[in-house]
Amino acid sequence: MSAVIESNHDDHHHGPAKGFSRWLYTTNHKDIGSMYLWFSLIMLFIGGAMAMVIRAELFEPGSQIVSPEFYNQMVTNHGLIMVFGVIMPAFVGFANWMIPMQIGAPDMALPRLNNLSFWILPAAFGILLSTFFMEGGAPNFGWTFYAPLSTEYAPPTVTFFIFSVHIMGASSIMGSINIITTILNMRAPGMTLMKMPLFVWSWFITAYLLIAVMPVLAGAVTMMLMDIHFGTSFFKAAGGGDPVLFQHIFWFFGHPEVYIMILPAFGIVSHIIETFSRKPIFGYSSMVYAIASIALLSFVVWAHHMFTVGMPIAGELFFMYSTMLIAIPTGVKVFNWLSTMFKGSLTFETPMLFSIAFVALFTIGGLSGIMLAIAPADFQYHDTYFVVAHFHYVLVPGALFSLLAGAYYWLPKWTGHMYDETLGKTHFWMSFISVNLTFFPMHFVGLAGMPRRIPDYSMQFADWNMMVSVGAFLFGLSQLLFLFIVIKCVLNGKKATAEVWEGAKGFEWTVDSPPPYHTFSSPPSMETLKA
Amino acid sequence: MKINLKSILTIILGIFAPLSFSAWSDINMEPGATQLSQEIFGLHMFVFYVCLVIGVIVLAAMAFILFQYRRKEGVKPAEFDDSKTLELTWTILFALILIGLSIPATKVMIKAYDDTEGEINILITGHQWKWQYEYIEDEVGFFSNLSTSLDKRNNLAPKDENYLLEVDEPLIIPVNTRIRFLITANDVIHSWWVPDFAIKQDAIPGFVNTGWTYVSEPGVFRGQCTELCGQYHGYMPIVVKAVSPEEYASFIIGKKEAKIQQALLTEKLWEKSELVTIGEDIYQKNCVACHQVSGAGLPPIFPALVGSDIVLNGKERQIEILMEGVQGAAMASYAEQLTEVEIAAVITYTRQAWGNDEAGDGRIVLPKEILDYKNNKL
Repeated sequence: MSAVIESNHDDHHHGPAKGFSRWLYTTNHKDIGSMYLWFSLIMLFIGGAMAMVIRAELFEPGSQIVSPEFYNQMVTNHGLIMVFGVIMPAFVGFANWMIPMQIGAPDMALPRLNNLSFWILPAAFGILLSTFFMEGGAPNFGWTFYAPLSTEYAPPTVTFFIFSVHIMGASSIMGSINIITTILNMRAPGMTLMKMPLFVWSWFITAYLLIAVMPVLAGAVTMMLMDIHFGTSFFKAAGGGDPVLFQHIFWFFGHPEVYIMILPAFGIVSHIIETFSRKPIFGYSSMVYAIASIALLSFVVWAHHMFTVGMPIAGELFFMYSTMLIAIPTGVKVFNWLSTMFKGSLTFETPMLFSIAFVALFTIGGLSGIMLAIAPADFQYHDTYFVVAHFHYVLVPGALFSLLAGAYYWLPKWTGHMYDETLGKTHFWMSFISVNLTFFPMHFVGLAGMPRRIPDYSMQFADWNMMVSVGAFLFGLSQLLFLFIVIKCVLNGKKATAEVWEGAKGFEWTVDSPPPYHTFSSPPSMETLKA
Repeated sequence: MKINLKSILTIILGIFAPLSFSAWSDINMEPGATQLSQEIFGLHMFVFYVCLVIGVIVLAAMAFILFQYRRKEGVKPAEFDDSKTLELTWTILFALILIGLSIPATKVMIKAYDDTEGEINILITGHQWKWQYEYIEDEVGFFSNLSTSLDKRNNLAPKDENYLLEVDEPLIIPVNTRIRFLITANDVIHSWWVPDFAIKQDAIPGFVNTGWTYVSEPGVFRGQCTELCGQYHGYMPIVVKAVSPEEYASFIIGKKEAKIQQALLTEKLWEKSELVTIGEDIYQKNCVACHQVSGAGLPPIFPALVGSDIVLNGKERQIEILMEGVQGAAMASYAEQLTEVEIAAVITYTRQAWGNDEAGDGRIVLPKEILDYKNNKL
């Protein structure tokens, strides 16, 4: 500890620069981590506002506030922003802040690359959002942008969309290279791979997934670009191309992408449950193996998104079985979290509440996932609100709750201030109730036959849709409370101690709160973790 | 309003109270009308109950742990962090459950995947935003459009039970007959879904997918397009009417006679006013989605017809566009969708409406000219 503080007086080390240039030129992992987190919080409100428009339109049957065309733009951009602009950058923000501090490294291995991978993101989303003000309107073909709707039949702004996706992909790939390099080269002496904190492990595997699939996405959008502007026919049936090929390529990216958005959540939740159970995580090594097997399986299940495209039966059966296999490692994780809490000494601070809700509601999302894996039954579920319910259950009370849990867990460390626990709990209960109010009835309307991505629906779905909309408005409102809590915590929260949470383990809790601008200039010893 | 009051009450009562006001069919899949759909329904319920039991056990165990092991004075947490036996046990347990699920699923899958020829084969083509049905053996066909009025959609008229689930002309099939559907698309990807038949097949340009059904009781079955296909994706429903074989036979005869009548009409010498009347009707059904009621379009994607040079003075080009569509744009060919009379009428209408007759040459188009265009192409 003392070595760390002294090192601040060295000539090479200095505090942050002043003004805007601090943020523009920074190579500091903490600054970049904060920028990623603020960026994704802002995008959460933009993407969330689009969700509010969607729910207002669906509040009652009949045309309400927007045209069907604008509705499609909302659906598309809500999905793109939430996936690429909120969940992914937020996890990268956590990675930036926590990976160096958890492995006892002074910074990320490639700090300038780190700066670049953040700063191209606002550019990417600036381009995407600017399409709303262009002739023909923003992309309107769904976040899955199936050809030929996204090529021959797309609005002219699709070219901006393609460029924007390319930049997002470049950002993710650079971030991943950085994370892998940092983890492989900069761990404190004695921290072997199987001693790494689970969050680090989860990101280590996620980063490989990103490097493997982002180029595939880039390939898909490049082929679109060629079809649109350079006369090729990759996806054009009339020119000898194959529209289904697009879906295979997209989902070969898309399914690993789904796990990219959930694996780091597993890491965060594992730390929080461990801390507030006051008991070591149950089955550390099987947790690591489970993450690794989920990641490997994610490459061989992609066509379960395409059970209705008319694959041969052998394909249907293969993808059904491989998808069902994923339930095994996922089930192991859920049971391990329960076993960690079993015979623990549990307290229920806000991070723990969000983590418990994560385990419970992610289980519901996982079980509806098993139902969707059953190919013949999927003929009825596919592209209905049942699917919408499923993936929102794993992404909102799944990924997003884990992000909120992690934010409450590490906010005191980052800012040096405690957040307001009463407000935090209020935020949790409001979010928990409204998230279920929003997404649970979607199972019902989906099974009853309501297709997804429609701006208007028949009368039988009216009651539940109204309730979903009320839940969604409440959920949106609850997240404004989160913004208030964060700002209040930064400005005038109570002073936090170095350890913050009783019994929290890991290098990050051995440095001050907030940590000095540069931590671990000399590597910490694994001995400090034993205590 | 009744729905509002109920919904407000529900919100107060919490998450589970609304179950009380729902019909079972509002919250679950229905068994449907065919043997296959009933088997898929049975499979769905089986998997659902397995998942429900697992879910209840996991959540109950969790609730128990959260209550039992909350922090108490003087109670120390345990220190164990591993148990190979336990972990192996539940891994094997999961695997067994999954095998138990996959066996019935495989059986149903094999049954659903039967593409042998039907007694009647119907070609279904998805268009933006309507379905085309062609009876392959009898060489007759028609288009099926949403028939819900704009007033209802814009909340100017009360909505009824089949709001957005009604069409101008339903697909007619006979009962007790094996019917095979050949499903494809003309522009973007659509998906043909009739829940009561448990058929959901993507309609993909350049591909022909298959589905089959065998309905034993007459009835009306409704479904929707389930693949995002552009702005009116939510407005292309499917209605299938299963009738007795006798009724089906007379339906087909009627279609064949109408086809002959059409051919005669093409030769007739038409008055301008007759064409405009028919044309307006055709325009409302087929063109307003993009070109709008006012003819102003939605530029830049959907061009205006008012004051358009082609509509004003380029009669030949306008016929060509209607017959061939426009490459690389949203405009489709209507050569198959509309009869010669209808194409001639709708062109005439656009050349007469919105003041176009004053601004341009105001020439009308006779059905014979459309027929000539077709013959010249051959």
